[in-house]
Amino acid sequence: MKPILTASTALALGLAAAPVLSPALAQTPELVVYTYSSFVSDWGPGPELEEMFEAQCGCDLEFVGVEDGVVILSRLRLEGDSTDADVALGLDTNLLAEARDTGLLAPHDLDLSDLDLPVAWDDDVFVPYDYGYFAFVYDTEVLAEPPASLDELVHGSDAEVLVEDPRTSTPGLGLLLWMRSLYGDEADAAWAALRPRIVTVSAGWSEAYGLFLGGEAPLVLSYTTSPAYHRIAEETERYAAALFEDGHYLQVEVAARLAGSDQPELARQFLEFLVSPDAQAVIPTTNWMYPVRMPEDGLPDAFDDPSAITPLLIDPEEVAANRRQWIDDWLEAMSR
Amino acid sequence: MIWGWLAAAVVLGSIAASVAGLWLGAGFQPDRFVGGYTLGILGFTVLEAGLSMLLSVGLAIPAARALARRTRFPGRVPLIALLALPMVVPPLVGVLAIVQIWGRSGLVSRAAQALGLETSINVYGLTGILLAHVFFNMPFATRMLLQAWASIPGEHWRLARQLGLGGPGVFRFVEWPVLRRALPSAAALVFLLCFTSFAIVLALGGGPPNATLEVAIFQAVRFDLDFGLALALAAIQVTVCAAVLIGLGRLQRTAPLGLGIDPPAVRPDLDGRWGRIGDGAAITLVAAVLLVPLAAIAVDGLLGPVAEALSRSALWWAAARSLALAVGSAALAVALGLAIVSTLRELRVRHGRPRLAGGMEAASSLVLVVPPFVLAAGWFLLLRPVLDVFAYGLGLVLVANVLISLPFVVRVVTPAATMTFERTWRLADSLGMAGWRRVCLIDLPALRRPVGLAYGIAAALAFGDLGVIAMFGTNDTQTLPLYLYQLIGAYRMGEASVVGLLLVVCCLGLFALGDRVMGRARA
Repeated sequence: MKPILTASTALALGLAAAPVLSPALAQTPELVVYTYSSFVSDWGPGPELEEMFEAQCGCDLEFVGVEDGVVILSRLRLEGDSTDADVALGLDTNLLAEARDTGLLAPHDLDLSDLDLPVAWDDDVFVPYDYGYFAFVYDTEVLAEPPASLDELVHGSDAEVLVEDPRTSTPGLGLLLWMRSLYGDEADAAWAALRPRIVTVSAGWSEAYGLFLGGEAPLVLSYTTSPAYHRIAEETERYAAALFEDGHYLQVEVAARLAGSDQPELARQFLEFLVSPDAQAVIPTTNWMYPVRMPEDGLPDAFDDPSAITPLLIDPEEVAANRRQWIDDWLEAMSR
Repeated sequence: MIWGWLAAAVVLGSIAASVAGLWLGAGFQPDRFVGGYTLGILGFTVLEAGLSMLLSVGLAIPAARALARRTRFPGRVPLIALLALPMVVPPLVGVLAIVQIWGRSGLVSRAAQALGLETSINVYGLTGILLAHVFFNMPFATRMLLQAWASIPGEHWRLARQLGLGGPGVFRFVEWPVLRRALPSAAALVFLLCFTSFAIVLALGGGPPNATLEVAIFQAVRFDLDFGLALALAAIQVTVCAAVLIGLGRLQRTAPLGLGIDPPAVRPDLDGRWGRIGDGAAITLVAAVLLVPLAAIAVDGLLGPVAEALSRSALWWAAARSLALAVGSAALAVALGLAIVSTLRELRVRHGRPRLAGGMEAASSLVLVVPPFVLAAGWFLLLRPVLDVFAYGLGLVLVANVLISLPFVVRVVTPAATMTFERTWRLADSLGMAGWRRVCLIDLPALRRPVGLAYGIAAALAFGDLGVIAMFGTNDTQTLPLYLYQLIGAYRMGEASVVGLLLVVCCLGLFALGDRVMGRARA
């Protein structure tokens, strides 16, 4: 038993010391981009974008993928001025106000007026690189006639739904704001009406979507682009997004450069590349979101046309100021 | 003695460092958390954890007894080997397996419909939470209690036979005294695990009032970066759990067992018909609780795109990192754990200080109720000014996993170690045996089994860890559980099922490593 203990202790110490042993090869300039891990996974847009950008920049692009957008922000906040990041990629609309308040981000100096976004974008810090709409995805084998609007789902339907928790997840917060943007102060009553048909409120998207695929409810809170994955990668038409005539809540994903970056010019160049037609063409079928620059020959047929969707969005500053109160109200309404 | 105190100091020091980091980084805002919301979910947390504990341990007693009584039926060895497995199944995988059985389109509902019954099982709510917690914890509790039965000396059985004791007498005079040592310890662990359960409670809870305190802490750390609030909530959690731990510790009794060097003898109470039926029922129950969800996981995995999933190099890198983490942190956890156990048994037996010993055991468990992400954030805030924390990410994850596995090591090894000590300390003292000689000649031969089990559990826990790595991890330090969640996040449910099965199989391998290599002696 002793050799095993010794060997594995040595292994453990080696593991802890490993970073010391890897010397930095800092000959070519290095651009560090914080992002979420699925962006840089084998099947995400990261690998392809890295290859494309490195071919033109003469630099080493290093993606650091953390769990999700919320972690990107908290890591930046924790690291403060000493952060290694040159670019943060993967914050979403609801984190903008808080990200701006850190004072760590610098203006992008780009002209973004020709982007194909459903809302006007005049922000001087954040560069939008894709967007999506929250939607209820349904199983066509169980539900023949999905509700035609959020109002019908809330008041005129008997279909059960799976949703995520706004305390712990981005889509959960998205639905909270969606309800807010349609019903205003009447949102609590709408939640109370929907409550009996909510099967469960899961911690994250993964649990909810897993339960949905397992057949626990005919509807799940996800994105309008989710069915495109099933159509393209799994070649099945079984899942579809219920398109609502009263609109869908918008989520825009953005990138920004860090004020303390030691590669400001490279960082700017990367942001410009990110919204270029070449990079944008990679986004739809790797990140499963809508690009901010429509390809010349349009999106693949598997995607629902984003131009037919009415966008709903609450101003990020207003969200930041009221999020806590709205979550408390939601808890109240859901606990009754 | 000194090593145990040092080990305890390391544990408490690590927690204190985290608290100090949070305190310095955040300050303290006590007016923010005292609200009806916090009290409400605290109440629910105590309720679900208490019920989960009663159910899990209550079912584990007859199951462990039946497994101890019936030593030769087909499948006994693999059944016991699988008992500690559910504990390390990732919550999301476990929840989906439970739902495949009890959910609206699950096995039970479909079977009932096929029989023409109107089904009205609604798994979402307290029922679902309890079902899942029993799956995650009851088999493990059974395994811990089985240790207790295995430690009953042969003399006791022989004596019971001579006295002509029947079933009730045997239970009262032979089994109960041993059970009383192990029961509070197992119950405490189950309580702590259920108290801090998070994704399971939300996924099966059905609605926001059914949440645990851990959810509120997660919300404070992750979304609000409000460390003051997180610290305050964590303080409430630690206080409540410490009270429960101390209360359960008081129930622990150590009856003198006398000298026992004989191999286990045959029990005198095995022949009754009702005994057979009862044992059969108990074994069937534990097998069902354990095997049906595991089978669901296995079937899902095997039906998934196996070749595609296994062909990705990211998978094997992640698995290798997890394996290194598991093997390393388990070794350290066992070393620290043995140091603590050796001190606390001296305190309890030689020095007659059971309260102090109990306190030490409870302290080593407290890290279980400090949420891993709080621990990680605290260390981060404290260490950030002096070193590049993320470069040492895996090292910190290793330390955290050592701390998290420690309570399991301590609780698995303590009963047997204490008993060995009671039987041998006077003799060993009179022979002038001390230090390493004593460990090698007396303890290691007697404790191979529990130490092997503890090693396996510690390794499997680190292998399946999701808490700390999520805070420090990047795609360069991705472990297998993170990889699994990433697959699900990218719609790749099929591949994720394959990886889920692989994860469970790896954990089984780690248990086997602990059991075969370290625990190979027959106990």
